[in-house]
Amino acid sequence: MKRLLSRNETLVAITIIGLILLIGLNNPSFFSLGNIFTLLRTSVVMGILAMGVLIVIVSGGIDVSFTAIAVFGLYVAVKLMKAYMPDAPIWVGFVIASIVGLGLGLINAFFIAQFRLPTLIVTLGTLSMFQGFLLFAIGNEIIRDVPPSMKDFARSAIVRIPLERGTANLHPAIIITIAAIIITWLLLNYTMLGRGIYALGGSREAAERAGFNVTRIQYFIYGFVGLLSGIAGMTFGSLARQANPQDIVGTELNVIAAVVLGGAQLTGGYGTVLGTVLGVILVVIANSSLILIGVPTVWQRVVIGLIILVGTGIPAVRARRAGKRTFGLADV
Amino acid sequence: MSNHPPSNPEKMKKNMEEKTANNKKSLSSRLSMSSNTLRLLIIAIVIFVGFSIVLPGKFLSIRNLQSMAVQFPEFGILTFAIMITMLTGGIDLSIVGTANLSAIVAALILTRLGGDGGAGVSMLITVPLALVAALVVGSLCGLFNGFLVSKVGITPILATLGTGAIYTGLSFVITGGPAITTTQLAFIGSGSILGVPIPIIVFVLLAIAFVVMLKRMSFGFNVYMLGTNPTAALFSGINSNSILIRTYWLAGLVAGIAGIIFLGRANSAKPDFGSSFILLTVLIAILGGVSYTGGFGTVAGVVLAVLSIQFLSTGLNMLMLELFGNSAAIFFRQFAWGALLLLVMVLNYYTEKRRNRAIAPGG
Repeated sequence: MKRLLSRNETLVAITIIGLILLIGLNNPSFFSLGNIFTLLRTSVVMGILAMGVLIVIVSGGIDVSFTAIAVFGLYVAVKLMKAYMPDAPIWVGFVIASIVGLGLGLINAFFIAQFRLPTLIVTLGTLSMFQGFLLFAIGNEIIRDVPPSMKDFARSAIVRIPLERGTANLHPAIIITIAAIIITWLLLNYTMLGRGIYALGGSREAAERAGFNVTRIQYFIYGFVGLLSGIAGMTFGSLARQANPQDIVGTELNVIAAVVLGGAQLTGGYGTVLGTVLGVILVVIANSSLILIGVPTVWQRVVIGLIILVGTGIPAVRARRAGKRTFGLADV
Repeated sequence: MSNHPPSNPEKMKKNMEEKTANNKKSLSSRLSMSSNTLRLLIIAIVIFVGFSIVLPGKFLSIRNLQSMAVQFPEFGILTFAIMITMLTGGIDLSIVGTANLSAIVAALILTRLGGDGGAGVSMLITVPLALVAALVVGSLCGLFNGFLVSKVGITPILATLGTGAIYTGLSFVITGGPAITTTQLAFIGSGSILGVPIPIIVFVLLAIAFVVMLKRMSFGFNVYMLGTNPTAALFSGINSNSILIRTYWLAGLVAGIAGIIFLGRANSAKPDFGSSFILLTVLIAILGGVSYTGGFGTVAGVVLAVLSIQFLSTGLNMLMLELFGNSAAIFFRQFAWGALLLLVMVLNYYTEKRRNRAIAPGG
């Protein structure tokens, strides 16, 4: 019981319940099916991105370029579809976006694994590089006239419940998020690769001595993040029914906040899928419902910052009590 | 970098050996530091001469030289802020947020108390008050970072990512989004003393202060020591918490100074000004020879890197403007900075590898 209470997941779950009660009592419409479906729709993209960020953070690295990869994948996919196969089904777009994402992720991996460069600085560089290249060489105009299959996808629903006014729709994109969550969970918990990712986060040297091929693991990690980011970008564009090359970039902090709040730690190889899912839920609720409890939306950024500090501060204080400490940039 | 104290004599001996190895490395690095500075000087000159030839009459014109002269101090000063945190092996990603928050508080004081729409207080009072307020805000932001990194023990990346969001967020909360405009600090942004623009004077004074602090004061020695080998620093009796707090405080203070320059140059304070400056300052620091693992880096290197990047920025801008037009020029630079950062790090990797081979053949 004590162990259960001291886990980040439990704390986050309690906070979510508290927040939901607080918001719901002030504004009963919060509990409406329509609102819940809307919240789910908002968390779809962040949920996919968070799985990638979780794996990176568990491995002891940090990636800030995934938003640029997401929008890159989306824009290229839409542009290619429009140019060569305007009537292609939606999955073609997803395939293109994930291949582009995988490619860009492998560029990150190349610099990180081959030259042992710090992940923060590499991805800071590729963030600027990817976005600059997209805007300079591929296009900087918003594509509003997206292929028809994307428009259809935006309007589709797996559950339609008629309400007094309109219907509450559950969008099929939630299936993509759930699939990403399950795959990541299986990967981290039931594969040798997953063990390797945790081991790498715990100590690179120990992972190497234990026989893990760290270079290969890092290629996998950053490739996987790229792939998920491409899918997330395409999902984002399909929901928004447009491809704006300036979208998504700038939201990386929200995702990182959700992941660290869920208990993932940059040092020590710790982090769970369940915690991350809870973190995403809390950040989405906090972001979209602050106004319902009387916090103006202009405070959003401050709240995200505080979430990061709380999410990292609690484990740091605990680790300090246990006598461990780290503060190197080189370790990341 | 594991920092567990050695528990048995054998480990202690190993630790000592490691320390001597580190000393050896630091000696050789220090010797090559001057060659690094020389290399940077050559790079800066080559870029300058190259653009002067490629863009005849444009790059090497009085007007362009003047505009470059007032541009580089603002991100140059910010680079000093990030440099000192990198010397300890950390990083401060909140410097731009700190600078903007400082500028906004200063602008708020100037517009509320003085100026046309304000309470009509004399500029003789409002300007010093605003300057002090900006420095105080910068210091407080820095102290908070230092507290989180040292006392709480959060990794600098995540701590300063979080506080960066908070400081930027507070700027949005204060202004509600739009910029605050005031021309009362214009004398700092566009004024000059004896023909030298004031931003350059501030930049040079800060550079001198950093040289004195890093080379002549025990604080500087401790910063390098902490960055080179935290374990050795611990055993030599340094209070690393106090060094870290002072380091991040200093970074915040310097960011506050940068905020004053922002406000003086743009005549307005915006919550999201200079969003590309984090990448730019990291790029300059790394190009200037500051090691991301801490312990190495000189003011001279950073100053030369600042100049190189300014020449490159202006030159590329002119070239792209001629070839593709305005917006493409901005996007191309965005791409170029990222690519250049990676290129510099890969080159450093190979130089380091060669140097290590030279020191220990067969090792």
